[in-house]
Amino acid sequence: MRDLWSAVPRRGRVILVVWIALLIGAPAVLDRYLISIFILIFYFAYVGQAWNLMMGFAGQLSLGHALYAGLGGYVAAMLWFYFGIGPWLGVFAGIAVAVAFGAAIGWLGFRFGIEGVYFALLTIAFAEFTRIAFDNMAFTGGAGGLFLLYDAQRSHEWWNLRGGPLLFYYLGLALAVGAAILTAWLSRSRIGYQWLAVREDQQAALALGIDAFRVKMIAVLISSGMTAIGGVLLAFYYNNLFPAQAFDIGRSIEIILAPIIGGLGTIFGPIVGAFILTPLGEGLIALTAILGINAPGAKAVFYGLTLMAIISLRPDGVWPWLRKMLRLEESDS
Amino acid sequence: MNLAIVANVVIQGVLTGLVYGLMALGLSVIFGVVRVVNFAHGEFAVVAMYAAYLLFVTLGLDPIVALLPIAAAFFLIGYVLQTVLINRFVGRAEHEQFILLVGLAIVIVNGLLMIFGPDARPTNLSYSFDSYAIGPLFVDKARVYAAVGALVVAAALFGFFRYTATGTAIRACADNLTGAAVVGLDIRRLYALTFGLGLACVGAAGALMVPIADASPLLSQAFTLLAFTIVIIGGLGSMAGALVGGVAIGVSEALASFFTAPSMKSMFSFALLVAVLVLRPHGLMGRRT
Repeated sequence: MRDLWSAVPRRGRVILVVWIALLIGAPAVLDRYLISIFILIFYFAYVGQAWNLMMGFAGQLSLGHALYAGLGGYVAAMLWFYFGIGPWLGVFAGIAVAVAFGAAIGWLGFRFGIEGVYFALLTIAFAEFTRIAFDNMAFTGGAGGLFLLYDAQRSHEWWNLRGGPLLFYYLGLALAVGAAILTAWLSRSRIGYQWLAVREDQQAALALGIDAFRVKMIAVLISSGMTAIGGVLLAFYYNNLFPAQAFDIGRSIEIILAPIIGGLGTIFGPIVGAFILTPLGEGLIALTAILGINAPGAKAVFYGLTLMAIISLRPDGVWPWLRKMLRLEESDS
Repeated sequence: MNLAIVANVVIQGVLTGLVYGLMALGLSVIFGVVRVVNFAHGEFAVVAMYAAYLLFVTLGLDPIVALLPIAAAFFLIGYVLQTVLINRFVGRAEHEQFILLVGLAIVIVNGLLMIFGPDARPTNLSYSFDSYAIGPLFVDKARVYAAVGALVVAAALFGFFRYTATGTAIRACADNLTGAAVVGLDIRRLYALTFGLGLACVGAAGALMVPIADASPLLSQAFTLLAFTIVIIGGLGSMAGALVGGVAIGVSEALASFFTAPSMKSMFSFALLVAVLVLRPHGLMGRRT
C-alpha cells in the first residue's frame, strides 16, 4: 500500500484525497436522481476496471462480460429468492459460478489458440447461449424475469443489501476504489508484469519462460469473479433481473466503453471513462427533452456520434491526455 | 416423425441460409481484405431491408429488382465510408475499430428507430404465400427467388475476384499487403472498393431478406452476430465458406425451430460456433494461415 501511495505524484495525491472526500460527503447535498447516477458511475467504474484487467493488462478482448455480471446477479438473487440466503453469502456462490464459466471460456480459448476477434466471438457466444438458456428456464423466471420483493420491514438489513440508495452509493464507491487499488497493486506485482509481457508479445514471453496459458487464465478468473460482484450489487439495487438485459451484448458493450474511452490499461481510465459516459447519457436525455425531440432513439444517436468522435480524436482514451493536462505524469514508470 | 416434413424444414433452412450466406460474404470480404471488423454489418442489412420496403410501398418495386439500385447505393456508401472514416482506423487496435463501428451501429439502429419506429414493417408480395409442390415437398416461392438472387450476386462477386484485374489486385492486398504496396497498387482505393463491395453484398442480402422477414430495427444486432458466426464457421478468407456457413446456420436454425422452440434457435448456432472454433479454428473451408 505504502509503495502504491508513494508512486502517486504530490499533486495527484491532493486531487485524489479531495476527490474521494467530496464523493464521501456528496450524498448530503445530492438528490435521489443524482445519487442514482453516481451509483451507475461507480458500477461502471468497477466492472470496467474488472474488464480492464483482462483486456488492458492481459490483452484478451472479451465482449461477453455481461455473462459474469448476469450470473453473479442471478445466482445471488436466486439464493435469496428461493432459500432466503443473504447476498453477503450468495455473492461467493455468484463468484464461484462466474469464475467457473470464466475458466471454461479461458480454457477453451487459450488451450485451442483462439485469439483476438475469434476469442471475442467465443465470449459473445457464451453470453448469448446463456441468455437464451435463461430465457427458456422456468426456475430462473424465464423471459418474464426474476423479481426480488422489497420488504420495508427488512430495509435496515444492510448486510442483506436491503436498503435505500445511500447503501448502494457507498457500496459502489467502496467497490470502485477497491478495484482501482487492486488493479494498481496487481499492475506492480509479478503477475502484472507477466500480463504486459504476454500482451505485448506472447512468443517473446513464452521464450522467457512465462507460462502464458496460466497467466491469461489468472486474468480471466480475477476479472470474471470481480464482475460477478458488480452483478450482485446491480441485481439487489434494481430488485429485478431479465435475461434479455442481464446477458445482452448491449450490456457487455456498456461495460467495456468506460475503460476504452477513459484509457485502456491505465488504472484511472475506467473511472474517468465512467465519469464521462454515464453523465453524458443522462445529459443527452435532458438535451433531447430541451430540444423537443421526443423520438425514441434520439439520445442514442448522439451517444453513438460522441463515441465515434472520442475514439477518432483520443484513440488512447481521455485519461492519458487528462493526466498530461493536469501535469500528473507518474515519476517512475 | 414424418420425413417429408423434416425435408421441408431442411430445404427452407438451405434457402434462407443462402441469403444469410450472402450477408456474411460481405463481412468476410471486408474482414479478409481490409482487416476491419464491421460491427455495424447487421445494421446495414436492416437499412437495406427498409430501403427495399420503401421501394416496394412507394414504387411497387419487387425486392428482387430493388436489389440492383440498393446494392449500387450501398457500394457508394461503403466506398465513401471507407475513404473518409474507416481508413484512418486500418491497422489500429481491434478495440478502437470496435468502438468506432459500434458507435456507427448505435447511430444507424437508433436513426431507424427515430424514422420508422419500433414496429416491424412487413412487405406483402403477391406471391408471398405461393409455393412449388414437388412430390410431397412444398417450397416457398419467395424463398426460392431470394435464394436464387443470393446465388447470382455471389457468383458475380466470385467472377469479379477471379477474372478481373481489380479483383485480382484486391486479392493480392489480402494475401500480401507489403507485396501489393511494393508493386504499386493503390491500396487506399482498393480498400475503399472492397468496403463498397462488402456493403453491396449486405445491401443485396437485405433486399432479399425482405420476403423472408419483416423489417425491424431490432433485427440488426442479431444479424451482426449471425454474420460473424457464419464467417467464422465457414472460414475466414474463404468466399465459398461464407455460403457454406450460411447454409449450415440456416439449416441448424430451421431444425432447431422445428424440434425445440424458435426462440432457442440461436443457441444451436452458438453451440455450433463453439464446436467449430475448438475443432476447426480456421472454419469449415478456411485455409491455415
